[in-house]
Amino acid sequence: MTASRDAILKRVNDALAPLKERAPYPEFADDVAVMPALDRNGDLWAAFCERAKLVHGTPLSGKPAVLADWLHGQNLHHGYCDPELLPLFGEALAAAGCAVETIFDRARVDEYQFGITRAEAAIAETGSLVLTDATTSSRLAALAPWTHVAVLKRGQIFADVADALKKMPADPNVIWCTGPSRTADVEGILIEGVHGPGVQVAFLLE
Amino acid sequence: MHQPIDQYAAKLSADKRASVYDGTKSGYDARLRSLNTSYPAPDHLRLLAGRIKQHTIENLDTYLPQVEARLRTNGVKVHWAVDGGEACAHVHRIMEARGAKKMVKAKTMVSEEIHLADYLEKRGMECLETDLGEFIIQIDHDHPSHIVKPIIHKNRREIATSFEKNGLGSYNDDPEVITARARQFLRHKYLAADVGLSGANFVSAESGRIVLVTNEGNSRFSIAATKVHIALVGIEKIVPRDRDLGVFLNLLARSATGQQLTSYTEFIGGARSANQPDGPEEMHVIFVDNGRARVLADDCRAILRCIRCSACLNVCPVYRQASGHAYRAVYPGPVGAVLSPLLAGDEFPEMADLPKASSLCGACNEVCPVNIPIPDLLLRLRDRGKREHSKVAAADTPPMGAFGTLANHPSLWKAAMKTGGLSALYPTFLMPSYGKAWVRTRGMPKWRGGKFRAWMKNRKQQASK
Repeated sequence: MTASRDAILKRVNDALAPLKERAPYPEFADDVAVMPALDRNGDLWAAFCERAKLVHGTPLSGKPAVLADWLHGQNLHHGYCDPELLPLFGEALAAAGCAVETIFDRARVDEYQFGITRAEAAIAETGSLVLTDATTSSRLAALAPWTHVAVLKRGQIFADVADALKKMPADPNVIWCTGPSRTADVEGILIEGVHGPGVQVAFLLE
Repeated sequence: MHQPIDQYAAKLSADKRASVYDGTKSGYDARLRSLNTSYPAPDHLRLLAGRIKQHTIENLDTYLPQVEARLRTNGVKVHWAVDGGEACAHVHRIMEARGAKKMVKAKTMVSEEIHLADYLEKRGMECLETDLGEFIIQIDHDHPSHIVKPIIHKNRREIATSFEKNGLGSYNDDPEVITARARQFLRHKYLAADVGLSGANFVSAESGRIVLVTNEGNSRFSIAATKVHIALVGIEKIVPRDRDLGVFLNLLARSATGQQLTSYTEFIGGARSANQPDGPEEMHVIFVDNGRARVLADDCRAILRCIRCSACLNVCPVYRQASGHAYRAVYPGPVGAVLSPLLAGDEFPEMADLPKASSLCGACNEVCPVNIPIPDLLLRLRDRGKREHSKVAAADTPPMGAFGTLANHPSLWKAAMKTGGLSALYPTFLMPSYGKAWVRTRGMPKWRGGKFRAWMKNRKQQASK
């Protein structure tokens, strides 16, 4: 094993040794790839909503009852809820006729119509949700049900990708979800909901 | 002897050619729309990305040990594989150590390169593709023909037929139904698997994070449902810092599919957190050389900048006509025409015709998000094919010996130019066989040479007056 390591590093060294000079690391501004059209001083949630809709994301905001009514309206009545969110959402969900579990049982993966977990952050520029191990109570619950709701608060929204990269949380699993899961493998026709959620909700709790 | 790609293209069915043409065209249009509506000067970004990547590959001797150290600090087990056989053996050994029998794998070009699925299946392991396109390829015992759209050559009727044949429901060619059936089938496979295998689009030397982009979420599912995560990483996949990812992620998604960002961008720094119920308990990274260090030593090393977006495939007039399978290797299109012969090592002469499969129109260079001068590299490899007397490279090349004699003897040249006007009268039935084949599909061109000396002479007389 170490022999292969040393062999590869030696080959790399030998390959590079004859170079008289090496390409320098180019200097560039942090925001070099940020789209100039982005309004970074305005309402970040409004900007996020606009972008999220472009990628077929579903932004919602309000009190817990707003989410519960929305789920009811979508005919979704059974799902998973992060145990830490239950004190906030439990009552409203029950009132809307939604039964939730706080442990995701992988043996019954097809039974969950929705999963409610917390988001670490969001990115206005791209309409992306940022999920981490620290904030997601179950990776599978945020992924396997057709509808995933990521709950976030104002003040958790990054303006752009560059900003989100700069403030990347120290977490082994940081995921940016930009709209629902999708494929265009069959004749280039866009289909949403392949392995992950077919509906990706960003819920701003007010 | 004819060029293999020409032969392949000539025999390609109209159906397949239409699929490939439509797929590449839509990819090209989406890229253009996305880049031009986002940035006033997208070219600037492209050049910058090329410079960052060139810097990285020219400093791999620094970055490789650096990224290894970071990964170890993150608790990741790091392995090194000189070639494909060793990479497969690492995967097999990791699985055996866990008593694992089932693997779900996300799309990775390196795993195609090293024939991982075959290797594991021969040793009694299940190795299931989870990307929808790759899954269809697998049940069809086919090969991908495009880097981003592996089944660009298939239409929905073929797919529906193979689903039916493989017990995935009765014939239905609605893409929505095909996708739903794959979703239903594969999610239970993820949950039953022991190991999730992925590639890496980038690895940050600064943080030791593996960056994966997928639209379907299949790599995310494999890494949420299994206990072991193995990432196969080509040694050229490194970027120096996290901030560089801002440039590459923006360019990759736009160049590949015309999206601003791919649906799922995963930054994976290790096994799951202690409080997380799902996800791997251990993570392994296998750095794969498999010919890359040799490419690094070559003056075509710029090809190692490639971020596998497929923009050059989509725009290439040869790829569009011939399809990916014509390239006889894992990497098709212009990038493949450079990379495949270089990765082939001692078998270079057998792949030396690929650099000739190009019109050198320059479109591949123009769209490349990391500004790889593909036409220049193709010319260098054509030269090498000639120097190494590759038979496949010589196919369809007219013998130049007679021309060499002519061009080296001024009196002969002068005489030929004077009499050249008579060439249109040459009786074609007297031609050698390759000449006959040539004129069968083309007319003899109108003679336009031989005027220069006369012009030069007259010009001198004019000037002396």
